[in-house]
Order: sequence, then C-alpha cells, then structure tokens
Amino acid sequence: MTTSLASENRLKRIFRSANIPPVYYFLIFVFLFSGILDQFLADGQIFSNPLIMLNIIVRSVALGIVAVGQTLVLIGASIDLSVAFTISITAVMSSYIMQGKTENVPVAIAGVFLIGIVIGLINGLIITKLRVNPFIATLGTGLIIKGIINASFSNYTGSVPQAFEYFGYGKIGPIPVSIIILFLVVIIGWFILARTKFGAHLYGVGGNSEVARLSGVRTDRVLIGAHVLCSVTAVLSGMFLVSLMRSGAPWVGPNGFYDLNSIAVAVIGGTSLSGGKGDVWGTLAGVLIFGILSTAFNQLGVNPYLKTVFQGLIIVLAVASYTIRSKKEAA
Amino acid sequence: MTASTVSAQGSSTNFNRKFWGWIRRIPPVYPMFLLIFIILGFLNPRGYQTMNGIMTYLRPSSPLAVLAIGEMVVLALGGFDLSVGAMVTFVVLVSSKFLANDPANALPNILMLIGFGVLVGLINGLVVSFLKVPSFITTLGMMMVVRGAALYYVGGAPQGYLTDNFRAFGRNYIQNVPFFTRIPYAFVILIILATIAYFIFHRTNYGRQILAVGDNMRASQLSGVRVKLIRVMTFVFCSVFAVLGGIMIAGTGGVNVTIGEGMEMQAIAACVIGGVLLGGGKGNVINVVFGAFTLQAIVNLLNQLGLPKPYTDAVQGLIIIGVVAYAALSTMKKR
Repeated sequence: MTTSLASENRLKRIFRSANIPPVYYFLIFVFLFSGILDQFLADGQIFSNPLIMLNIIVRSVALGIVAVGQTLVLIGASIDLSVAFTISITAVMSSYIMQGKTENVPVAIAGVFLIGIVIGLINGLIITKLRVNPFIATLGTGLIIKGIINASFSNYTGSVPQAFEYFGYGKIGPIPVSIIILFLVVIIGWFILARTKFGAHLYGVGGNSEVARLSGVRTDRVLIGAHVLCSVTAVLSGMFLVSLMRSGAPWVGPNGFYDLNSIAVAVIGGTSLSGGKGDVWGTLAGVLIFGILSTAFNQLGVNPYLKTVFQGLIIVLAVASYTIRSKKEAA
Repeated sequence: MTASTVSAQGSSTNFNRKFWGWIRRIPPVYPMFLLIFIILGFLNPRGYQTMNGIMTYLRPSSPLAVLAIGEMVVLALGGFDLSVGAMVTFVVLVSSKFLANDPANALPNILMLIGFGVLVGLINGLVVSFLKVPSFITTLGMMMVVRGAALYYVGGAPQGYLTDNFRAFGRNYIQNVPFFTRIPYAFVILIILATIAYFIFHRTNYGRQILAVGDNMRASQLSGVRVKLIRVMTFVFCSVFAVLGGIMIAGTGGVNVTIGEGMEMQAIAACVIGGVLLGGGKGNVINVVFGAFTLQAIVNLLNQLGLPKPYTDAVQGLIIIGVVAYAALSTMKKR
C-alpha cells in the first residue's frame, strides 16, 4: 500500500515538475481542428489511420532534435542561426566519409560530432570572449560554413550504407527508431535543464547574466556549453536527414529553414527570446504543431504556396495565444 | 572649458588631444570603407578610380542602402524586421504579373506596391504592439505570408518581364552630367530617401523617441512616449523602404523567385557594420548607408580577387564577425 502511494506521489511530483505548458492546449486544438476539417473535406485519415499519427511525429524528427538544442541556447539568452548549415555540413560530410561502406560509419559519426563540437565551441567563444551579439556571430559562422561546403561540394556526394539507413527507416516493433531518438533527445534536454546544475545555471545566465556572474556562475562556460549542445543536436538532425536521403547535399539545411523554424518552434513552445524562460516539452509541442499542420495540408491538398502563408499565420497566432495576456511590451 | 585653463604653451598638445579625440570618434565604418575602396582602386584602376566606374559600383549599392535604412529604424527601436527580403521577392514577382508587359501599368503598380508596404508594416506593428508577439516571430511569420502570397499570385514562377520604364529606377543612368559623367537613378533616389530618413530620424521628435524606446522602453513609456504608435510608424517606415528598395533591385536583378532571399540578413549586416546595436538605442542614417556601401565593396573586392561565390560568403561572414567584435571590444576598453 505505502509503496504504491509513494510511487503515486513520485509520479505526481514528476508530473508537476514537467509542468505542462499552455501550448499543449493549442496543440490539441490544432489537432482536433485539422482532424475535423479532414473528416469533412478529405478522407478523414487523420483520426482513423494510426499510421498517419506516427507519420506526424516522423515528419517532426529532424526539426524536433535541433529545436531542443535551439531551446537550450535561447534559454541562455543567445540564439543560433548557424544550425541550418551545421545540418548541411553534417549531411554532406557523413555521406562523403561513409562512401556507402559500413566500416566507415564509426569514423563518419565521430568526425561529424567533432565538427559539431568545434562549431559550437567557436560560436560560444565568439559570443562570450569577443562579445559579439549572438545573432550576428552565428549569422557570420553560418555564412562561413555555407562558404566552406559550397566551395567543396555542389550536390549529392557519397552515400550512406544500408546499415546507417536504420536511423531513418528502421523500426523497433511498430515504432520507428527515429521517433525513439527524438524522444530520447527531448528527455535528455529535459534532464539537463531540470535536473542538473548546468541547467539551473543556464536559466540564471539567461535571466540575468550579471546577477548569475556575481553569484559565482561561470557564465561564459555555461553559454559555451549550451552552444556546443545546440550544435551537437544539429549534427544529430543532419545524420537523421542523410540517413533518410541516403546521400548528403549542401542544400539540406537551408532548404528546410531549420534555423528560423527551430527558433519559431521553441518560441511557440513558450521559450522566451530574451532568455531565462522555456523548456523542451513546450518545444516538442511546437514541433508537433508543425508536423500536424504539414500532414493536414497534405491531406486537404492545400496549394503549396498557400501552405507557406498559413504556416506563417499560425506561427504568429500560436505565439500570440499566450503573449496577448502579458502586460509587458514586446520588442 | 579645458581651453581656458591650459596655458598658451600647452595649446599645441591640447590641439593634439582634441584632434585625436575627434579621430577616435570617427565610426570604424569610414576607415574600413576607405581602405577597401583604395584596395579596389589599386586592383582595378579603371573600375574604381574613374567616375564612370564609381557610378557603376554605386548602382547596385544604392538599393541595399535603402533596405538597410529601413531595417535600421526597426533595429534602433530594439526589434527585428525579417520580412524585408520577402518584400523584395514580392515586389519583383507581383510586378512581373501585374505590369502585364504594358508600360502604362508602371505607376499603378508602384502605388499598389507602396500601399502593400504600408499594409504589411501596419500589420507587423499592430501585431507586435497589441498581440505582444516579439517582432522576430511576427516578421518571421510575415516573411512566410508575404513570400507565399507572392508565389501564389504568380503561380510559382515569374509571369512575363518587367517593363523598361519600371526597371529604369534601378537600371538607368542620368547621362552627360558634368564632372560625374553619369549618375544612376538609383543613387539619386538613395540620396533623396536618405535625406528624408536623416531628417525624420535625427531632426524630429519621432526619431529621438525611437532611440529612447530602443534604449529603455519602460522609461520612455513612463515619460509619455506613445510606444505603440511609434512602433507601428516604424514598421510602416521599414516596409515602405523595403518596397522602394525592391523596386530598385527589380531594375538590376533577374526576375526570379529567389531574388530577395537573404536580403534581410544583408540589410541587418549592413546596419551592424554601420554601427547599429542589435537590441536598440543606437543608429545613424549616414553610417548605415556607408555600412551598405562597405558590404557591397567587400563583395566586389572578393570578386575582383577572383574568389568564387562560396568563398565570398565565408569571407563576408568573417568580416561581419570581425567588425562587430572590434566595435564591442573597443567600447569595452573605453569603460
């Protein structure tokens, strides 16, 4: 009896510490609304076909993984506009190193993670040591990476071996591996933010860097760490994309607008652009909203250009749904 | 005050100090622009040491400067406008269909586009002010809406060409001008717009209030600045300038769906090179114009050196980071 009560208490505690963000109501609303529209205007597969549900999440994996990293950076009152090109360089380099051979996979994975860590370090160092505004710093590093890849690769290069495609296409039981990885990344992100000293410091740095510094937080290290983690998530996204596409191309990242979309998704999830506020569960909801929308648009056969229009409108509406109550002026 | 206390003997050192103080106060954009332009002149005397060549260089620089002036006002307020590039795409694509290859449609087209700019700016400003959505997100959404709408209107590809009288603003020169030999229309338009912007931004209360709001929103609100009105006006200003810049770009650029892509980032970069602080509270129209000129000169320099386009991106990124790091570190030392 007592043990079950204790476990129930613990469950409640965990539930409370997860602290469901209001964006989930918006998520449910979007899901029901697009489901009902689908029921009346198309074949109603969103509600009836469980595969579509899975598909919604699979569509969200690439954006979801990098959005978790972006959330960390945004909480630290920074921003990372270089993720799109980090994704590209990962996709290109991993398929270039692998060249379709299974034995090259470990080298490729180690290589791209190293690249990611270096990019994150450079971003963090430019922002903290050279005091460059993060928007400009990562815009600049993004341009640099873009230049490097475009100078070396023009289109599809190399290919990934069958074994590596497991990341994109594999399944454990009925559940795709990619979904499991997405949730693992989200849980790790949650753990880092809610359960570690680093996470607590990151909120402090984002909320008020000067106060955090005076209370003994090594603000520079925390911010650099956040940037490294963000670049690593971008690398993971890139590896997922290359395993889906079977070969890397330099336009993967920018064509998917992963830089601005990951920021949009995090902000929809309640992460503040000025730092100190947010969590990965909100970001996950934001990503799922994007996934539901793109599935619903497909189901309803919406014109692709109107799709962009609606997506833009919904980003603003989603953020407005909670900012409208705030008394502070936005900037 | 110092002049009266210093003896006649010390007046030369006083002059020195004043002189160096004055030198130090020159924004870093000017020496940088001069340096790059001199290097360009050495590499290609015909292109950058003759009036003809300089005017050719000014033609594509002017639209970028117009976009940058618009962006600067929003940045000075502490916001962002990411919809600038999409506006340029909108101008080019919609004109390609709306003109219907008939020169008589040019004027209605321009008026319609400016009207659209006012509308977009109004919506941006109202959403930020009343729905309290951060401008980064508002204008990101607006970027998608504007680009999607333009592509939907033309059906995914440009329809027809742009008439010559519409393209004249960005493309043609005033010929046979004494001393200057020829002056691009675009540069004349830039001078007019920059003068207007300079007057509004540096000589009216509205301009001072923008800087005040960007510096400290709460304080300016408490001292009676109508923040919401200021912000809506600022976004309208930026969007209209984006349309005007877009019309100028339509003259020189090709008619394609990616013409405005990344323009917002270029405009922001030009502002930052011109000494604008992201986060608000600082900005100067003339410095920003030279920021845009510098950015264009950097691109030309890299082309002149024979670097392929990808390296141009990379070096541009390095230079942008370098300039901002220099500015940030030098202000830190002063404290």
